[in-house]
Amino acid sequence: MKIFCLHVTGDYACFTRPEMKVERVSYDVITPSAARAVFEAILWKPAISWKIHKIEILEPIKWFSVRRNEVASKISVRNVQTTMKGGGEVLGLNIEDDRQQRAGLILRDVAYRIYGSFSMTNKAGADDNAAKFEAMFERRAAQGQSFHQPYLGCREFPCSFSLVTAANDDKPPIDSSLDLGWMLYDMDYTQNPPTPKFFRAQMDKGVVMVEGAEVRG
Amino acid sequence: MSDTTPVNRAEFVLIFDVKDGNPNGDPDAGNLPRMDAETGKGLITDVCLKRKIRNYVGIVKGEQPPYEIYVKEKAILNKTHERAYQAIGVDISEGKEGKRKGGGDDVAKARDWMCQNFYDVRTFGAVMSTGVNCGQVRGPVQITFARSVDPIVALEHSITRMAVATEKEAEKQDGDNRTMGRKHTVSYGLYVAHGFISGHLAQQTGFGQGDMDLLLEALANMFDHDRSAARGEMTTRGLYLFQHNNLLGNAPAHALLDRVQVTRRNGVDVPRSFADYAVSVDESNLPQGVTLTRVVDVPALKKVA
Repeated sequence: MKIFCLHVTGDYACFTRPEMKVERVSYDVITPSAARAVFEAILWKPAISWKIHKIEILEPIKWFSVRRNEVASKISVRNVQTTMKGGGEVLGLNIEDDRQQRAGLILRDVAYRIYGSFSMTNKAGADDNAAKFEAMFERRAAQGQSFHQPYLGCREFPCSFSLVTAANDDKPPIDSSLDLGWMLYDMDYTQNPPTPKFFRAQMDKGVVMVEGAEVRG
Repeated sequence: MSDTTPVNRAEFVLIFDVKDGNPNGDPDAGNLPRMDAETGKGLITDVCLKRKIRNYVGIVKGEQPPYEIYVKEKAILNKTHERAYQAIGVDISEGKEGKRKGGGDDVAKARDWMCQNFYDVRTFGAVMSTGVNCGQVRGPVQITFARSVDPIVALEHSITRMAVATEKEAEKQDGDNRTMGRKHTVSYGLYVAHGFISGHLAQQTGFGQGDMDLLLEALANMFDHDRSAARGEMTTRGLYLFQHNNLLGNAPAHALLDRVQVTRRNGVDVPRSFADYAVSVDESNLPQGVTLTRVVDVPALKKVA
């Protein structure tokens, strides 16, 4: 199992806390699930599954608040059915009248080094092997290729990435230690409906160890 | 029918300006122009720009399939989902409220139908699991917040109206009938936004070359159809498209986007027009397989030192 390291930077990021998602408030640092999505944006097949080992925080944690107009409500199915049966008239949902202003407390100017590796799943075919995907990932990440541009929590916050090799990146993590509390680890998709898993996140001199941390469902 | 040739990965840089207008008000700050408090630079949200693209496409294509616009004023989100099911011949009129309907193949069919008919669904994607489940679509086009090159100064203007809204107000003023209002403007601001187009997601939603052309057309012209008292003069000043010759791309996005640099010209302390800025586009040694198209380009001015 080879551990890959990506240097990821973005102007903004929002790793929304599930307990505050109406008015989004980000976690202090990237969650393992968001970090996994960055790797998956570069390479993913059903045959592999990514796992995050370690996150290094390279820029001080800074905040930014933005309030946007969003659609407020959905139409009830009953109203629609009434209309379909010929009752009622137009079921108007006028976005201009039916909007909600939601604030977001997001991160700005973020930079991380993320360590991840993949393992083969039981969906791997006969000619799938780890070495092949390792080479594919390395090639794509080094050349800046991706399936879609990876993003930091929300799609309006794309990030740039580069593959870290021993020689090209020695920016130290920030000198800051903080108990980040319980953070989302990832969704457990083997359950139906998928259930969240949380882990106890400790930032120790700018490093969050994901591997070996206590994870609870 | 439009050109459905598949598109490869692409990135673009959009440069636009505002003169004596409010490009995007901040509801948190009494509709002042959005501003980054730390740097003083102006901001325009991704959704603000997407709204203008939708409006432009809505105008030029008359909201007809395959260019209907899903998120529009007076839109009926779930009703469109019902239409999707009707179109593919699935009866969903039975069943209890609140239960998701459709599943498996039906969801996929409904999603495809939505993508085929709605320009914004196949461009930006949509979450369509509202009540009636049509699944979720990730669109190929991602747009960032636009940021101004220099700090902006938001001015507040008091304006008067020679009328009042209610009789009560008129009585209070003994028939003077005047009210005051406020208006916020940016004297001048030049903004830059980045965009990303994923070839793979384009394949998934059927976003083809024709749609791409329409997107570029919208980016170039959308401000011409968004005139209002608040906006002032907004204009697209530059649109630079980096296209890769394969789906995965040939170079890191940031390496390409950084080739377009906007700087204030020497000697200009207070920028008040686009002529106060210089746009440089580095076309030398483009990575192999990457082509740069100047969709909207700076006029001859660029030669001025």
